[in-house]
Amino acid sequence: MSTENEANHNGDGAEAPENLPDRRGSERLAAPVVRTGMFGTTTTGDTSGYGGLRVRGSAPAASSRPFTDPEDPRTADFDRVADDLEAALGEGAGAVERIVVDRGEITFHVRRDALVEVARALRDDPALRYELCTGVSGVHFPDDTDRELHAVYHFRSITHNSQIRVETTCPDADPHVPSIVSVYPTNDWHERETWDFFGIVFDGHPGLTRIQMPDDWHGHPQRKDYPLGGIPVEYRGATVPPPDERRSYK
Amino acid sequence: MTVTEDYIDASGGDWDEVIERAQATSAERLVVNMGPQHPSTHGVLRLILTLDGETCTEARVGIGYLHTGIEKNMEYRTWTQGTTFVTRMDYLTPLFNETAYCLAVERLLDVSDRIPERANVIRVLVMELNRMASHFVAMATFGMELGATTVMTNGFREREMILDILELITGLRMNHAYVRPGGVAQDLPPGVVGKIRELLKEMPKRIATMRKLLDENPVYLARTRDVAYLNLPGCMALGVTGPLLRASGLAWDLRKAKPYCGYEDYEFDIPVSDGGDVYARYRVRMAEMTESLKIVEQCLDKLRPGPVMIEDAKIGWPAKLALGPDGMGNSPDHIAHIMSGSMEALIHHFKLVTEGFRVPAGQAYAAVESAKGELGCHAVSDGGTRPYRVHFRDPSFTHLQAVAAMCEGGTVADVIAAVASIDPVMGGVDR
Amino acid sequence: MGLEEKLPSGIALTTVEQIVGLARKSSMWPATFGLACCAIEMMSVGGPHYDLARFGMEKFGATPRQADLMIVAGRVSQKMAPVLRQIYDQMPEPKWVIAMGVCASSGGMFNNYAIVQGVDHIVPVDIYLPGCPPRPEMLLDAVLKLHDKVQNTKLGAHREQEITETEERMLRRSLPLVSKD
Repeated sequence: MSTENEANHNGDGAEAPENLPDRRGSERLAAPVVRTGMFGTTTTGDTSGYGGLRVRGSAPAASSRPFTDPEDPRTADFDRVADDLEAALGEGAGAVERIVVDRGEITFHVRRDALVEVARALRDDPALRYELCTGVSGVHFPDDTDRELHAVYHFRSITHNSQIRVETTCPDADPHVPSIVSVYPTNDWHERETWDFFGIVFDGHPGLTRIQMPDDWHGHPQRKDYPLGGIPVEYRGATVPPPDERRSYK
Repeated sequence: MTVTEDYIDASGGDWDEVIERAQATSAERLVVNMGPQHPSTHGVLRLILTLDGETCTEARVGIGYLHTGIEKNMEYRTWTQGTTFVTRMDYLTPLFNETAYCLAVERLLDVSDRIPERANVIRVLVMELNRMASHFVAMATFGMELGATTVMTNGFREREMILDILELITGLRMNHAYVRPGGVAQDLPPGVVGKIRELLKEMPKRIATMRKLLDENPVYLARTRDVAYLNLPGCMALGVTGPLLRASGLAWDLRKAKPYCGYEDYEFDIPVSDGGDVYARYRVRMAEMTESLKIVEQCLDKLRPGPVMIEDAKIGWPAKLALGPDGMGNSPDHIAHIMSGSMEALIHHFKLVTEGFRVPAGQAYAAVESAKGELGCHAVSDGGTRPYRVHFRDPSFTHLQAVAAMCEGGTVADVIAAVASIDPVMGGVDR
Repeated sequence: MGLEEKLPSGIALTTVEQIVGLARKSSMWPATFGLACCAIEMMSVGGPHYDLARFGMEKFGATPRQADLMIVAGRVSQKMAPVLRQIYDQMPEPKWVIAMGVCASSGGMFNNYAIVQGVDHIVPVDIYLPGCPPRPEMLLDAVLKLHDKVQNTKLGAHREQEITETEERMLRRSLPLVSKD
C-alpha cells in the first residue's frame, strides 16, 4: 500500500505547467459563456487582477425535439417517453407546457390542474408504467412572478428502468396544487412535508397537517422569505451573527 | 385524558386514573402514546396506537421530533460545505448521504464522467463498508428492542471493526464528510488495504456467528415469522424500496438498475426473499452483508494509483493531504505552490475555499441504493456558490408510512418488531 | 491523628457527604435519551467494546422514574424540547444531566429555526461534552468527571455555601483572549 501511495504522491506531476491549479480544467470553460470576471463580482470589486472565471449559461428554458441525443446514453428513451406520454394523454396533451432536457434528465412542466391526470397516465399506461414516485420536493422562487412555488416530482419506472421529472407551479397568492395521493399513496407524507415547509396546499390530500414542525408553528420555514432563524453566538466577548445575517460572498 | 363511549385516550396521565376511568365506562379500546422517548421505538419516533386488548387496531406515526433544518441550513453554506451537513442526516449511512449529494452536485456541474477512477473505487469501498455497519446496527437495535441483549452486543462489537477502518480512512467514526463534490477528501492512508484484508478474513466468521445465533432460533422465529407482512403491491403503493422491497420478492437494486460510481463493473448478487415478513428482511440484510464483502474485495483489486479528486482547479480542493504537526490534514505540495510559487494560485485557492465554486443553474436528481433503500437527492442551483435548494428523499421517511399497513391487526408486541424491521433512522426521517 | 489510630481494623472514618457521594456515584442509572448521532455512540459505550458496566452504569433505565442521569445525546429540536423537559421533571431528585455533543451543548452547527441552541435553555446541565459526535472514550471521561463531581458534592448548608461561592467566583472570572471592558 505504501508504495502505491508514494507512486500516487509523485505520479500525476503536479509540477507540469498544464496541471498547475490555475490552468487545470480549462476545457470545461469551452461551454457558452454568459459572464466573465471574478467569482460573481458585479461591481469593480475585482482587486485581484485574476479575471479568469467564466460563468456558463443557465439551464435551457425549453428543449425541442429530438430529446434523445445519440451521443448521450442517458437520454436514450426520452423521445419514446415523450411520445408515449403524449399518446396516453390524448386530447389533454396540452397539459404539458414544455419539456426540458438538461444534463441527461428530462423534465415535463405540467399545468397544475392536469397534474393528477398526468400522474395517472404515468402510472397506468402500459408503455409508461412509472410505478414509483419518489416524493415531491418544493422549491420557492420569489422572483418567478405568479409561479413562485414549484412542486417537483420524480417518477421511476421499474418495468422500463426509466426516470423522469414532472414539475408544476403555483402562484404564492393561490398556493394550491392537486394532491396525487390518490394515485401514488406514497406521496402522503411527502406532500405533508412540502405543505409544512413551503405552504403549498395539496387539494384532495386525506389529511394535510404539519408533519415535521410542531402543530402550532407559524410560517413555512423553508421558504426563501423565512429567515434561517439562527441566534448570534457569543464566544469570549466577541459575537458572531447567524449565517444568514453575515457578510455574504455573492 | 379523554374518555368516550368508544375509546380511552391514555396519552399521558396517571395509570391508576386511566384504569379507574376505564372501569367506569364500557369503552374497550385504549389509545396509547408510545414515544417519542421510548426505548423500543428506534429513536425519537412517536407511535399512537389504538389497542383493543393486545390487538393494535390503529397505528399512527408521529415524526418531526428530530427535525434539524439541514436542508435550509445548507442554503447558507457552500456546495462543498454541504457534505458536512448531509452526512448528519441519516447518521448510520453517512457515506451514502454524501455520495448521493455529491453525485447530484457533479451532475449539476456536468462533470460526472470526469471523476477519477480511484475516487469512484474508494467511494464504492466506503459505501459498502458503511452498508455492513448500518446493517449491523439494524440487527443490534432490533435485538435490543425485542429484548435480546446478546444480539445487540454482538452487533455493536462487529460494527466497531468496520468503524476502525472508516476512522483510519476518513479520520472520524461517524459523520465523515469524506466524499466531496469532485472526488473524495483525501487518499487512502498507508496500511488500510491490509486492515481491510484482515476484515475480509474475519467478517465472514462474525456474520456466521450471528446467523448461527438467529437463523434457527425458535424464539427469534416466533417473533419474526409472518410478522408485519407486507406484500409486493403494498410495497409499490407505499414507495418502499431497499431491503424491504427485496424481502417482498422484487430484485430491484439501483446498483444494478442505474449503476453509479462504476457499480456496473462489480460482480455481486441481489439477495431476494419472497417472505415479506420480518424474518425475510433479516435474511435479506444478512445476505447483503456477504455481498458487500464481495464488493469490498473487488474494490481492493481495482485500486490503482491515481488522483482522488477531479483534475479541475475550479472545483477540486487539494486532496493529497498529509498529517501536519498541528494534527490537521494539509497538502504540503499545494501549500508550497500557493505560498511561494504562484500568487494567482493563492488568490484562487482563497476564493475557492471562502466562496466555493459556482454551479450552473438548473436542477438534478441523483439516487443511490443506501443501506435502507433509494436515497435520492434533488439539488437546485441558481448559478451561485451555494445550493439554492437541496431536498433529500430519504428511504426511512417513506418506509415509515408502511407502519400502519404492517401493524394494524397484529399484537402490540409485533409493532416493535415491525418498526425495527423497517430500520428507520430518525435523523434521516426528519432531516 | 488521634482517633483513627485507636480504631479496630475494618472500621474507617469518613464524612456523611463522602459516603452519600460514593453511594450516589457508584450506581448511577442513566435514562436513555438518545436523540441523534450521539445516541449511536452512547449505545456503543454500552456495548462490549467500551463497556460502561465497568462503572456500574450498564443499566440504561427505560423509564425516567428509575433514572438519575440524563445523557442528552443529540440535537434537541423545538418539537422535542417540551418532551425533554417533561422527562427531566419525571426523574427523581437528585438528578444530573450530561449534554453530549455540541448540538446538545450549544446547538452546534445547526444554528437555525429548528434546533434549541443548547439544552441548557431547558434543563440545568452538569457536564458539557464537546465533539460531533464525541468518541465513546470521551463519553466515558465525561461520566467519570461527573462521578467525581457527584462524589464531592456537599450536602445541606455546605451545599448552599458552595453554590454561593461558585457563583461569586464565576462572576469575578475574566475571560481570556477577548477582553470584556
